[in-house]
Amino acid sequence: MAENENDLKITVRKLNLHYGPKHALHDVNIDIRANRVTALIGPSGCGKSTFLRTLNRMNDLIDSARIEGEVKVDGEDIYADGMDTVDLRKRVGMIFQRSNPFPKSIYENVAYGPRIHGMTNKAEMDALVEKSLRQAAIWDEVKDELNKSALALSGGQQQRLCIARALAVEPEVLLMDEPASALDPIATSKIEELIYELKERYTIVIVTHNMQQAARVSNDTAFFYMGRLVEFDATEKIFTKPKEKQTEDYITGRFG
Amino acid sequence: MPKKRTEKKTFRLGEFLIERCIQGVALISLLFICLIFVFVFREAFPLFTGQAKEPVAQADVGASETYGEEPGAALTVDHPELEQKQEPFKARHLLAKEWQPVSLNPKYGLLPLLWGSLKVTLVALLLAGPIGIFAALYTSSFAPRWAREGMKPVIEILAGFPSVVIGFFALVILASLLQRFFGFQYRLNAFTGGLAMAFAVIPIIYTVSEDALAAIPKTLTEASLALGATKWETALFVVLPAATPGIFAAVLLGFGRAFGETMIVLMATGNAAILTASLTDPVRTLSATIGAEMAEVVFGDIHYRVLFFIGALLFIISFGLNAIAEFFVRNRLMKRFKGI
Amino acid sequence: MTRSKGLVGRLVVGFTGACAFLSVAAVVWIMATIIWGGHTHLTWAFISQVPSEGMTEGGVFPAIVGTFFLVVIMSLVGVPVGTITAIYLSEYVGRQSKMAQVIRFAVNTLAGIPAIVFGLFGLGFFVQFSGNSLDKIFYHGALHWAQPNILWASLTMALLTLPVVIVSVEEAIKTVPQDLREASLALGATRWQTIRKVVLPGSMGGILTGAILAVSRGAGEVAPILFTGAAYFLPQLPHRFTDQFMELGYHVFIMTTQSTDVEKTLPIQYATTLVLLLLTFTLNFSAIALRARIRRRRVAA
Ligand SMILES: Nc1ncnc2c1ncn2[C@@H]1O[C@H](COP(=O)(O)OP(=O)(O)OP(=O)(O)O)[C@@H](O)[C@H]1O
Ligand SMILES: [Mg+2]
Repeated sequence: MAENENDLKITVRKLNLHYGPKHALHDVNIDIRANRVTALIGPSGCGKSTFLRTLNRMNDLIDSARIEGEVKVDGEDIYADGMDTVDLRKRVGMIFQRSNPFPKSIYENVAYGPRIHGMTNKAEMDALVEKSLRQAAIWDEVKDELNKSALALSGGQQQRLCIARALAVEPEVLLMDEPASALDPIATSKIEELIYELKERYTIVIVTHNMQQAARVSNDTAFFYMGRLVEFDATEKIFTKPKEKQTEDYITGRFG
Repeated sequence: MPKKRTEKKTFRLGEFLIERCIQGVALISLLFICLIFVFVFREAFPLFTGQAKEPVAQADVGASETYGEEPGAALTVDHPELEQKQEPFKARHLLAKEWQPVSLNPKYGLLPLLWGSLKVTLVALLLAGPIGIFAALYTSSFAPRWAREGMKPVIEILAGFPSVVIGFFALVILASLLQRFFGFQYRLNAFTGGLAMAFAVIPIIYTVSEDALAAIPKTLTEASLALGATKWETALFVVLPAATPGIFAAVLLGFGRAFGETMIVLMATGNAAILTASLTDPVRTLSATIGAEMAEVVFGDIHYRVLFFIGALLFIISFGLNAIAEFFVRNRLMKRFKGI
Repeated sequence: MTRSKGLVGRLVVGFTGACAFLSVAAVVWIMATIIWGGHTHLTWAFISQVPSEGMTEGGVFPAIVGTFFLVVIMSLVGVPVGTITAIYLSEYVGRQSKMAQVIRFAVNTLAGIPAIVFGLFGLGFFVQFSGNSLDKIFYHGALHWAQPNILWASLTMALLTLPVVIVSVEEAIKTVPQDLREASLALGATRWQTIRKVVLPGSMGGILTGAILAVSRGAGEVAPILFTGAAYFLPQLPHRFTDQFMELGYHVFIMTTQSTDVEKTLPIQYATTLVLLLLTFTLNFSAIALRARIRRRRVAA
């Protein structure tokens, strides 16, 4: 993948992460391309979520986590002194494995981000809320009940609401941690369509346990195993002729 | 060219100020907690460096308060013939057998007060201990569901009774009742005070014991039942012994509560600083002494310092008891029964 | 199955059951006695009048107002300070950090200190030390602050009830799911924005419970105010921080132990105790109910 430098959104070099004595990520090097979908696959507990959370510094919240190495977003080291996590997270949004809407109305959930970043104009806000909900393909289902509690939505709707909430901040990168793990096939396919559309404007990194999903939605795929990045290549190559035996075993399901 | 941003850490003044304020307030909380320790000890300290003021000879020597009946004990004995130069205060005077702080020849022996506190505490524990522990055993092992659910709020209500309410109840109802029933010579005495104190101690002992009993793993009880033991045998010979550390902590905490409680003893024990063996004589406890005398003392004199010294003693004792109890039960339990 | 074989079994169950029953009976007995003895005298006049005839007649109005002022000033200081301390403990320093452990240990210690020691501290620190300093600085040594008053009493009480608030709020903050904090931070919210918009709204119930419990405790304790501000008899209501005040619990205490005619004032004593009991009972009960509701909600979530 000899890429033009300009296309690289995130570059990771020699990233190591320890949770206390546990070495969760070993020397990870990866280049994530802009406006592409990168899928992270690997068995449970291999460090996919951990890796994803290093990209917007969510691991800072975990006391025991210790991070070494370099993560650059747009060529800038996000772990450098003086890097502002608040600004970083505005640019690098995240959607979590478990949907986590605030116990507020649907409208307030989406408006949360813009509001804390200083948007006060009501008309502007209404427009942004609608746009975000539309982008997340949930507008038609909720447009008549924006003041209803978000907790009253179904699991799939909640997850799409969380996506809308993240989009409302207008980030450049979207990190998605198994966004469809708790959803039925219909909701899952909605989210996949959504990802397909979103990659026009966003750089997306998605964790998934579903090989077909990875194959369908992603351009590049990274295979993690026991805290190491075993293989990283174009999705096509990974799924048709992987270089590593471990990768092949995993994607063909010969793996625990 | 890659877009190059200069993303220097944005300085958010509001955020910074709020964080500092929150930190400041938390540190002030901590500071005050430490100050309590410092001030109570600081006020007592001059006793031991000989810098406490000599007591001012007071005109109305007999003005010390006693609530309830005066048992005729020599609380304020005047020795007009002893108007010689007084001996300066020495720490060993605290070990004397008489507490007569307001007289021409004041005596600051803490032994009768300590003894009084112990008597009341002992009575309270002997009554509240078994009741609290067995009531907890009942709710955790035998009680039907409704009784178990009902017990909790009732105990919380008992814990929520202000101590003056219990003191009032003891003074007005219990004292006469007990006197009529047992024929006590004095209406207010160590036993009456101890019984009233038991009301205040039961909730602590019950709550902590209940927690300890509930924490015994189900597998243990089931194993015992599977071996053919009956329910009561299991409760008495398996569950209760297994919960011993927690129950021990419960008793310690009950001790601390009874030892430090002021209003109940001030109202229900007769407040005579005498050193007798009988549980039915009036007594004066350490805490009640502070409560009764602090308002009358001259700031900075020996009496004042001795009362602070008693406060420091109470502080140390409750601190020690808490530390030991904490050693026996997990931290989580500790919070629940302290009326929190 | 609650079948206990044999006589011994029945005795054991019976005896432990009797102990449980005794505890309940004690509560009922105390409450019934006080309600029975006080309800006839507890009239509107009793609540709204000032004590008269050397406190052998009249009502307890100033004591009610004094208690009210005491708990209000106490809460205004204690609840914010306790809440902020709890926020600091659970949101700013790591739960397991040294600092958190030190503060938690201190709070635990504070919760175990006898109430009378707080009274001593109030006298030594607030009345003597702070009062004298204020007088020296602002009044050239004239006596204004260096004597017992409602401010010193309230501050002493605030300190006594601080652990109640801290523990209550901390417990409530713990019930706010970490997921929500992460959601907020991932949207680019600052720590304080997350606290204000997610954590605090989620722990409002706990803060309220803590406040109610603190007020109930403050209204019931007498030992800390014995020599920091409570007055024996003071018909006029406190209107400055430097005023002394009458207080319900203290009133019960002096009426039963130092009244000029204990027999004659018995109905007043009963009725005053009843007022105090009703007050603390109502407060405790609402706190218990509120807490139960929060716990249910937490289980449901
Ligand atoms: N907060 C933490 N503290 C300590 N260890 C952790 C923590 N979070 C994760 N780990 C450990 O780090 C390793 C990687 O965890 P991670 O959550 O990144 O796995 P994952 O690949 O996302 O798994 P899954 O597919 O099940 O979500 C695991 O062994 C896990 O036990
Ligand atoms: Mg994961």
